[in-house]
Amino acid sequence: MPEPSTAAVRSAPTGVIHDIGYQRYKGTRLGRRHVFGALYLHGLRTTFGFGRSVKAKIFPWLVVGIVTLVAVALAAVRSQIGEPVATYAQFADAMSWLVIFFVAVAAPELVSRDLRSGVLPLYFSRPLPRTDYALAKLLALVTALWLLLGGPQLVMFLGAAFTTKEGMGGVWNELLDLLPGLLYAGLWAVVFASIGLLVASLTGKRAFAAGGVVAVFLMTTPIVGVLSILPSRTANELAGLASPSTLVQGVGIWSLGDLLVEGDPGEMTIGGFGPVYALAAVLLVAGATALLLARYRKVAS
Amino acid sequence: MTLIATQSLTKTYGGRVTALTDLTVAVEPGIIGLVGANGAGKSTLIKILLGLIAPTSGQVSVLGIDPTADPTAVRARVGYMPEHDCLPPDLSAAELVTHLGRMSGLPRTAARERASEALRHVGLYEERYRPVGGYSTGMKQRVKLAQALVHDPDLLLLDEPTNGLDPAGRDAMLALVHRIGTEFGISVLVCSHLLGEVERICDTLVAIDGGRLLRADHISAMTSATDVLAVEVSEGTEELAARLAALDLPVARDGRLLLVPLADDGTYDLILGAVAELDLPLHRLDQRRHRVAELFATRELTHA
Repeated sequence: MPEPSTAAVRSAPTGVIHDIGYQRYKGTRLGRRHVFGALYLHGLRTTFGFGRSVKAKIFPWLVVGIVTLVAVALAAVRSQIGEPVATYAQFADAMSWLVIFFVAVAAPELVSRDLRSGVLPLYFSRPLPRTDYALAKLLALVTALWLLLGGPQLVMFLGAAFTTKEGMGGVWNELLDLLPGLLYAGLWAVVFASIGLLVASLTGKRAFAAGGVVAVFLMTTPIVGVLSILPSRTANELAGLASPSTLVQGVGIWSLGDLLVEGDPGEMTIGGFGPVYALAAVLLVAGATALLLARYRKVAS
Repeated sequence: MTLIATQSLTKTYGGRVTALTDLTVAVEPGIIGLVGANGAGKSTLIKILLGLIAPTSGQVSVLGIDPTADPTAVRARVGYMPEHDCLPPDLSAAELVTHLGRMSGLPRTAARERASEALRHVGLYEERYRPVGGYSTGMKQRVKLAQALVHDPDLLLLDEPTNGLDPAGRDAMLALVHRIGTEFGISVLVCSHLLGEVERICDTLVAIDGGRLLRADHISAMTSATDVLAVEVSEGTEELAARLAALDLPVARDGRLLLVPLADDGTYDLILGAVAELDLPLHRLDQRRHRVAELFATRELTHA
């Protein structure tokens, strides 16, 4: 659009603008907590493509659709044959590949886009501290992943609760099974979000960020494979530490026991190293978060 | 109240590159032009004022607050328009400015209302619902200005607001900045490397070069000191210089040009009379446009 004509057209109704005039803002100004909340909600909406183009909605909702469909199918089969096909935790494990792809799309959407467009100076010239920006984005991704796994778990629970033949006692037992499952989904969410967001925050190019996230999660799997066929039993039992997915599963086996490995205990053994897995998971999340905050202390200053 | 005050402000990057050296300046509210060549330290100064980077040494205060000690309080009352492209192309101007209003602490409805107000004030109407990616450079600059205005700051820091605009766009942007400074009651600091541009709209001019303060003064004091007539004749330059000197005009030589300080309109008459009497072919007689280099030259002269 040629600028002169725009300027000419726009400056024509100057009288109107002058009549209304500029109004100083006398209303409330919210504090840090509210701004953090607004950014968090904005981030959560972004991960699912709300307030964004149709194109940005396709992938997140495809993943949501698949996991929900699987949950519905599991609930349906269960109501027919009368016994659970998979526990809540096993469901989370089975969906881990989809979670990885969801992170690979959502994390760059949350942070790489802002790096690319250079919008960060507009955030950081406002009262919002840099750490709040990073933490709000991280919390948004954690919530999104937890909803992604927890939502379908809730579907499975509802399916089981409505078809149980043991009355309220059956529902109560089912709820006791669901709660650890939701906690386990939370563990998946925290570990995958902290690593995924850190990787994505390193580049403004969304394709690179997505590739990087997938690479970090998938390229580490062969290491686990190699370690788990070594002739040393200790190496086999610690092999899961090498990849985020198996690390989470290790913590799950340690803390949830038969809720996770019911039926096929042979696939992955952690021996007596359960606490090591738990400690490693905590350190991994803490380390990734610290690096993320360090990254945002430097960027765009 | 002093709007911005710095005391011996120095900033060096990594101990080698010096961006600001011993800068001491104090300005009153109004429209302030910050002029300097590229790399003079304008953007560094703005970032220090915002508390985005810490000065190596020296003190600074913005609206009576020290941005190194309480950057949050300063940023709550300041609006910043960066020099570079900073708009996500897939958001509409309305969405972006509303979101950034919320980031400044406005409640949801207030943010939406003030966003459309701000966009209307900068001259964006129906197009504010289209993605920013399709905007012209002029419209993008307006969106950048609107997001700096949305939370009703007391001071606007505008880093090269006319960058990339055509002459008409420049005029429109300068008129807008002038209106914000005069009608909206918001103080404005405008950065530019073009003195001729900012001198038209600002009350106070701060000129920096190589990180050092050249001059900081009220615009009237500055222009009266620097207004100069340039006279060029095809021949007889020496004779004309002698004649003008005889008329008590302080003449300076600059190559083929004679520079005469412009006292009032009578100066024109005196020069034209002298040229006519000597019957010299007058090539040109015009008022010099100010450039940062001239401010520098004037300073050298006065200190010599």
